[in-house]
Amino acid sequence: MLDRNLLHRFGILIVILLIGLGLSVCTETFLSLSNLTNVARQISINGILAVGVTFVLLTAGVDLSLGSVVALSGVACASFAHPGDHTVALPIAMGLLTGAACGLTNGMLVTRGAVAPFIVTLGMMTVARGLALIASGGRPVSNMSPELTNLAGDFLGLPIPLLCFAGVTLLAWLFLRHFRLGRYIYAIGGNENAARAAGISVANVKLFAYTLCGVLAGLAGVVLAARTTTGQPNAGVAYELDAIAAVVIGGTSLAGGVGTITGTILGVLLIGEINNGLDLLSVSSYYQAVIKGVIIVGAVWLDRRQSRS
Amino acid sequence: MLRALELRKDFGGLTVLHPVSVDFRPGEVHALMGENGAGKSTLMKTLAGLYRPDGGHIEWRGQRADFASPHDALVTGIAMIHQELMPIPDLTVAENITLGAEPCNPLGFIDRTRQTERARELLRELEADINPSSLMRSLTVAQTQVVEIAKALGRNADVVLMDEPTAALSDHEVAALFRVIGRLKARGVTVVYTTHKMDEVFKVADRISVLRDGQLVDTAPADKLSPEKLISLMVGRELSDIFPTRLPPSTEVVLEAADLTREPYYRGISFTLHRGEILAFAGLMGAGRTEIVSALYGLQPADAGQIKRSGEIVRIMSPSDAIALGIGMVTEDRKGLGLIPALSVRENISLSALPSLSRGPLLDHARELSTARDQMAAFSVKASGPEQPIQQLSGGNQQKALLARCLLNQPDIIILDEPTRGIDIGAKAEIYAAIQELTRQGKAILLVSSELPEVIALAHRIIVLRLGDTSAVLDAATTNQEAVLRFAMPL
Repeated sequence: MLDRNLLHRFGILIVILLIGLGLSVCTETFLSLSNLTNVARQISINGILAVGVTFVLLTAGVDLSLGSVVALSGVACASFAHPGDHTVALPIAMGLLTGAACGLTNGMLVTRGAVAPFIVTLGMMTVARGLALIASGGRPVSNMSPELTNLAGDFLGLPIPLLCFAGVTLLAWLFLRHFRLGRYIYAIGGNENAARAAGISVANVKLFAYTLCGVLAGLAGVVLAARTTTGQPNAGVAYELDAIAAVVIGGTSLAGGVGTITGTILGVLLIGEINNGLDLLSVSSYYQAVIKGVIIVGAVWLDRRQSRS
Repeated sequence: MLRALELRKDFGGLTVLHPVSVDFRPGEVHALMGENGAGKSTLMKTLAGLYRPDGGHIEWRGQRADFASPHDALVTGIAMIHQELMPIPDLTVAENITLGAEPCNPLGFIDRTRQTERARELLRELEADINPSSLMRSLTVAQTQVVEIAKALGRNADVVLMDEPTAALSDHEVAALFRVIGRLKARGVTVVYTTHKMDEVFKVADRISVLRDGQLVDTAPADKLSPEKLISLMVGRELSDIFPTRLPPSTEVVLEAADLTREPYYRGISFTLHRGEILAFAGLMGAGRTEIVSALYGLQPADAGQIKRSGEIVRIMSPSDAIALGIGMVTEDRKGLGLIPALSVRENISLSALPSLSRGPLLDHARELSTARDQMAAFSVKASGPEQPIQQLSGGNQQKALLARCLLNQPDIIILDEPTRGIDIGAKAEIYAAIQELTRQGKAILLVSSELPEVIALAHRIIVLRLGDTSAVLDAATTNQEAVLRFAMPL
């Protein structure tokens, strides 16, 4: 089991390094510091979302509402972040709480309402988008205080979004490995009925997973608002797809119960690298979409073929 | 008819079937016997085209046959009833039975009327009262097994491979299956049969091949073997007596149920359970045995009635309630309600007891590992180590691991639902010994089992159920199988 995980990570790592090598040969800018910090900023948001949705996918669920929740949380954050209004803490808290509320609602409907996660979060996807448009009147919420937008800057020479992503990753890794609740998440994804028969409160654990995923979407919303200095109601469209793709590339089973945070991080790196590389190679965005889709499916196909043999 | 010639099969460098040669004659019932892991299922699956042999080949009517898939074997005339039930839960019984061989009208549409009729016919032959239009999902494990048998019979094959067909069946259904096997024999069909039930083999088999550790030990006519001889061939040693002696229970009541009712499964169920006692529920399929013990463990709470735990009225709405009250259960449905297949043996064993293996919310990995090791040793769970994925273990070892999980919480009351279903005789003896040890420690046990010899030898008292009603409470020391069956059969 352990060996296969290592091999699996090794496989993706090789792909990441090979693509990196190719890009540093084909372009002059790929390995430059400014490009790498740029990549770091770009992957941070997808990374935070991917870590969150890893929890949900591990329980054999799914969350399609991430992108809309990012937008709603960003709007909520920006609305409380006008200069002189409040301290930095309140807008951040508003963003996180908005995400938490969306995640909690998803979780309640999935566990208490027994509605399929796909449907619940599909509904949340449109509801949260609609709420973001209502709350902002359809216009970007701008005029944010510099204290908040500075959060997209650097700390000790490192981009703060990257530090957020790293912190979230570390906590999530520790959580899944060392917390009882983490083990329960794997057990539920592996066999929900057996987990229940073993005395685990399946509903509460799932509720936790969806809420945590929502909180992290809220965090991504705050980071995005700080980076773009606005709360954009139209931001984050299809972000959930990149996040889920990263998790699946990282070896997490959509059927639940199998997967690691390390794998997710590698998936995030691979997607970030592809996005950046295609930009650097000035590939038209129409073609970018096609190439990215092919690479995602190809990576998962290769991986599954390898793990079957 | 069908012949295995020097068949060999390896899994990941491990040879599970050493070159084995057996011939199967037309119109004979040929039993394959052996402990779990002896290679019976592997041999069958190779014959059925599920596995490609790594050496040797199969001969069919004197010709070499290469089956690339189960479909090839099926077309040739070999059908198999699998040990692991593989129903499609959201299709109807009739759709499952005719799966892959649906009767069609000239336009290629499925002919529903003929489909249902065909299913009804096959079920009638098995004397099973199952509605062909029911969803598979709504069936019990035993009913599902009957449907799987009907599915294989429907193929009109010349060879029917039956891998533990009676594991979930009660005696009544087993008798019906045997009558069907008799008719198949008369038609010249070859039946290859595996089972862990000794009495069955001698009732049904013409010849017996014994496998041990992937090798053929002997093939002999059934009437030349005795149960004792057969067991010693299977395990390679004499098993003096696999049932331990009963220990006297105490008079202290630990659990009391009054008028438990959940229509249409059972009604008015009342009993008391004492420290150190083994109380068994016996009955046919659909008698409500599993449903009653499921209620006591909170899996499917009863609609009415009262449960008292050491004199106090309690409500058990979920398994976590039951565990908190010191009630543990090893479920009948190992795959559906027991194992977490992707997790390791260690993680599976510790699952119910993690709160006591943690410091606050944090897992204590060292203590978890040492506890898992101890439990594996105590229940002789054979695995390459605590980190091996549990799905790679044999059925008997999985079952011992699940028993270890249940007991890790040190419950006072233990519910064992078909604890020895589909496991080999060696593992059975170990589980019997573990049960005896538990009663010696003063634990009370509720036992559900379809194997009457087991029920009679282990239990102190037997509650016999008939279609959800209590038909008798028998003292196991003075009763016999005939008496139990008489109360179990519908009037």
